[in-house]
Amino acid sequence: MAFLDRGARTMLLWELLSGMALTLTYMFKPKVTLNYPYEKGPLSPRFRGEHVLRRYPSGEERCIACKLCEAVCPAQAITIEAEPRADGIRRTTRYDIDMTKCIYCGLCQEACPVDAIVEGPNFEFATETRAELIYTKEKLLANGDRWESEIARNLATDAPYR
Amino acid sequence: MADFWNFYAWPTIIIVLQIVAIVVPLLVAVAYLTLAERKVIGAIQLRKGPNVVGWFGLLQPFADGLKLFLKETVVPSGANRGVFIIAPMATFVLSLVAWAVIPFDAGMVLADINVGVLYLFAISSLGVYGIVMAGWASNSRYAFLGALRSAAQMVSYEVSIGFVIITVLLCVGSLNLSEIVLAQQGMWFFIPLLPMFVVFFISGLAETNRSPFDLPEGESEIVAGYMVEYSSMVFALFFLGEYANMILMSAMTCVLFLGGWLPPFDIAPFNWIPGPIWFALKIAAVLFLFLWVRATMPRYRYDQLMRLGWKVFLPLSLIWVVLTAGVLVATGWIPVTSR
Repeated sequence: MAFLDRGARTMLLWELLSGMALTLTYMFKPKVTLNYPYEKGPLSPRFRGEHVLRRYPSGEERCIACKLCEAVCPAQAITIEAEPRADGIRRTTRYDIDMTKCIYCGLCQEACPVDAIVEGPNFEFATETRAELIYTKEKLLANGDRWESEIARNLATDAPYR
Repeated sequence: MADFWNFYAWPTIIIVLQIVAIVVPLLVAVAYLTLAERKVIGAIQLRKGPNVVGWFGLLQPFADGLKLFLKETVVPSGANRGVFIIAPMATFVLSLVAWAVIPFDAGMVLADINVGVLYLFAISSLGVYGIVMAGWASNSRYAFLGALRSAAQMVSYEVSIGFVIITVLLCVGSLNLSEIVLAQQGMWFFIPLLPMFVVFFISGLAETNRSPFDLPEGESEIVAGYMVEYSSMVFALFFLGEYANMILMSAMTCVLFLGGWLPPFDIAPFNWIPGPIWFALKIAAVLFLFLWVRATMPRYRYDQLMRLGWKVFLPLSLIWVVLTAGVLVATGWIPVTSR
């Protein structure tokens, strides 16, 4: 009887028709599309996006020029130069990140002892020229001022798990 | 002069206007078929499909057309220039000329010829020329393989389509498409000839190079098959021709099996709606089936495709021709030829 059963299934295109019935039910299911520029998906507090350099609430920059991030960076995207400032405090004179080299691994923010370099939640920083993707210290600090509230909240959310 | 006007110029103008009245809605239908395809496949894959250009993406086909129009036509240096340009034109023109014999309503047909089915069959066989010419003229391996596949596939499935059509003709007793439709007033042919309807539909998929038989343009192996070297408007002509062929195949399915312009029941609310609208609705339904199949089935392997054509459909349709003829003769239902 198995022979008859199989023959009937083949002749009646049973597999094909049941497959088509399945796709038809999918046609009326709710869609998963996000209208991207207008709707966005949720981001984890650990999301590793565009880099920022943060400041203390006093306005003093956090980075102490220890160069741990530069050392740990597997893509060698970070370049730091440092010397003592007029008030004798050691600070960076140059902090460049080549965003075209960066692989967004997050090792720099892991290495940072003062939470100065952090990868923020911003991932929409496409540019029209390559040169704009070589981030300087000014650009990174400006990013920090812009994203500070989100980053502070993300770090606080993630702190219990660290 | 009056003779020239009455017997030559005036009828010519009328025919040209009739042709425009067929071709323009057809091209609009082709444009919206591309949108419908993207929308239907999107919906089945839990996506929304194009919805940015115009309301619900309704202007998307024109945006696509404009984009193709503005691009450069690249003719490869190794290509046979003349044939390369003629091939898409042939495909496009052949997909349009077949509409001359399709009846949209009782008497509403451009050329009411008594060999309409033969004409359709001849034109759809010629369709393979455009593809073979494109594959040859491109002077590219991918294009050549795609054209070879397409030629073999279309020839194989035309055989069983021929037998399916013969079955229908046995039941009608005429090759005139209008009479084929009128013969279905009692019952549409897809009910008594259901297996042949299925064979015709699947062969139609293969004939128009549609998924799951889209091996001629199987992008995972041969990139885009015969149209790999085409760009811009020459590509658009192929594209339009292919989709117009889909609509033509749906129209043939409607005429042969789904009662053409006839309403499903000849009673009050149904027969108020004019015939061309019923015809369009039926074509749309068959086209939806085309898209639905594309969203469901994976592509056939080439030997499976050939096996299905020659070892399954050909014997099946042959048996049905004999069976139908036998039943018609035995019961005395064989139609009396009207002319």
